[in-house]
Amino acid sequence: MAKKVLVKGVEAIALGALEGGCECYFGYPITPQNEIPEIMAVELPKRGGVFLQAESETSAINMVLGASAVGARVMTSSSSPGISLMSEGFSYLIALELPCVVVNVMRGGPGLGGIEASQGDYFQAVKAPGHGDGRFLVLAPYSCSEAYELTARAFELADKYRNPVMILSDAILGQMKEPLALKPLNIKNYPKEDWALTGAKGRPSRVIKSLFLDSRELAERNLKLKRKYKEMEREIRYEALYTGGEKVIAVAFGSMARICKEAVLNLRKKGYEVGFFRPITLFPFPKKVLSKMADLNSEGVKFVVFELNCGQMIEDVMLSLCGKAEALSRFYPPSVLPFPEDIEKELKKCLKPSGSQKA
Amino acid sequence: MPEAFRFPKSLKKTLFHYCPGCHHSIIHRLLCEVIDELGIREKTVGIASIGCSCFLYFYIDVDIVEAPHGRSCSAGTGIKRARPDLVVFTYQGDGDFAAIGLGDSLHAASRGENITAIMINNTVYGMTGGQVSPTTLPHQKTTTTPYGRDPKREGYPLKVAEILAGFEGVAFCARTAVNTPKRVIQAKKLLKRAFETQLEGLGFSYIEFLSACPVNWKMDPLSATRYVDKLAETFPIKVFKDRLSEGKT
Repeated sequence: MAKKVLVKGVEAIALGALEGGCECYFGYPITPQNEIPEIMAVELPKRGGVFLQAESETSAINMVLGASAVGARVMTSSSSPGISLMSEGFSYLIALELPCVVVNVMRGGPGLGGIEASQGDYFQAVKAPGHGDGRFLVLAPYSCSEAYELTARAFELADKYRNPVMILSDAILGQMKEPLALKPLNIKNYPKEDWALTGAKGRPSRVIKSLFLDSRELAERNLKLKRKYKEMEREIRYEALYTGGEKVIAVAFGSMARICKEAVLNLRKKGYEVGFFRPITLFPFPKKVLSKMADLNSEGVKFVVFELNCGQMIEDVMLSLCGKAEALSRFYPPSVLPFPEDIEKELKKCLKPSGSQKA
Repeated sequence: MPEAFRFPKSLKKTLFHYCPGCHHSIIHRLLCEVIDELGIREKTVGIASIGCSCFLYFYIDVDIVEAPHGRSCSAGTGIKRARPDLVVFTYQGDGDFAAIGLGDSLHAASRGENITAIMINNTVYGMTGGQVSPTTLPHQKTTTTPYGRDPKREGYPLKVAEILAGFEGVAFCARTAVNTPKRVIQAKKLLKRAFETQLEGLGFSYIEFLSACPVNWKMDPLSATRYVDKLAETFPIKVFKDRLSEGKT
């Protein structure tokens, strides 16, 4: 039997990182994720690992870069403003093909914003973590046990694709407590001997670089990364409930998905035919799955996208549907957190014949 | 007969791309000689920073990673903490180390990170065409101080070695130059001492080279090399701290 503990989401993330074989942690304090560095500061030295609090997020992400270049399993964690500060480093990590795990426990923005939950960093995470044409593999847990499992798995995926993996969480999931079974996850190791910098012993010296002044070389590097993002589609994860022909399907990720799922299950008990779809990988986005769901109901299905921001994931849903089905945006800016009953009300409105609805 | 000349093993046999009269090539060679003499080539990782010396890896035959502008000391921290058996050096300009990266540099030094930081101080941003830097001399003309650096407007030259010398975490701190044969010999000794400090695990080692940038100074190579003496009036050539030697006496 796996040991059971009662933990916050951020604690589950730290425990997941340890299960994933994290050797080094570099970070800078910011609410609401300070439990992650605090746990790592206690646990990593016990296991022969490295914990260091940097003087800024920019330094932290470049410490990650150095440790990754020499083959260590390394991570950092932060919250929205801190993630922005790291974005130049993210771009370098992607370009240098250096694996690492980045946790963003999102808070409200823009600017200093607040410390309430938000999903305002969706675009930043999935479209442009840094300058240039680079992407993260982005995983969005919605429970403490999923936060544990996905964080551990993130280390494996980062090594597998030699690309940063982001855990996109938020203040609700981060700060809520749930029971967690600490099951062993058998996280795979991928050999790094063929690229890591270990000193040029018994082999020619190696360079890990992202400067390509020869335009053909730079184009090739970009195309190589593009091929890698295509390969990452093998990792697509999602949860779909009652999506076989329902007229209205609620779409949400992370904490918002938790609220929506409860609303959908409540409505089903009352006899309403509504479905639920939750992307777990936000990049790559489960586009084909959504597209097929639209095909299943030729009479027209409405996808209602619920988000804790001013409408971001709605764009990816619309792109996935390619006009085959209607996509409606229901958005809640920071501090306007809906109850499941609010979601139920919205979904019931959408079940009425269209014409009276506004997108 | 004693051997008079040998091509360093760690120096790649290729032509330097640096401008005529630039001191990078001399310092690269000294670095390679030191790496060879200490027998550390197979356990050294270098960090190439942003600027003309970004192409360090074209010339120096050790494992090298590129760091973003100013972040070499942080990347070096990550490398050394993750793999303490590696020998780590950064190679940065005055803009990289002392402007955009000053925070990273000072904190790595203050923590006493056991790495060697090499700072090439030529008082300008070389690769971008000669703009004012923190170490530009008062009244020196650059492309962004076309009327000369006015301390009232652009402030005073930042004396990095003087700052670092006062840090507990810094075990070696020196400023040198390579504009005369005598200084080249002295500079090599100091560079070696910086690496020895790291090998002994004593803490942060810092060595600053006053260096010529003839193109951006708008001088011929010979005048630029002589002008380094003028830099030395503001930035004294000196060993500020050498904990390794202190320990031996």
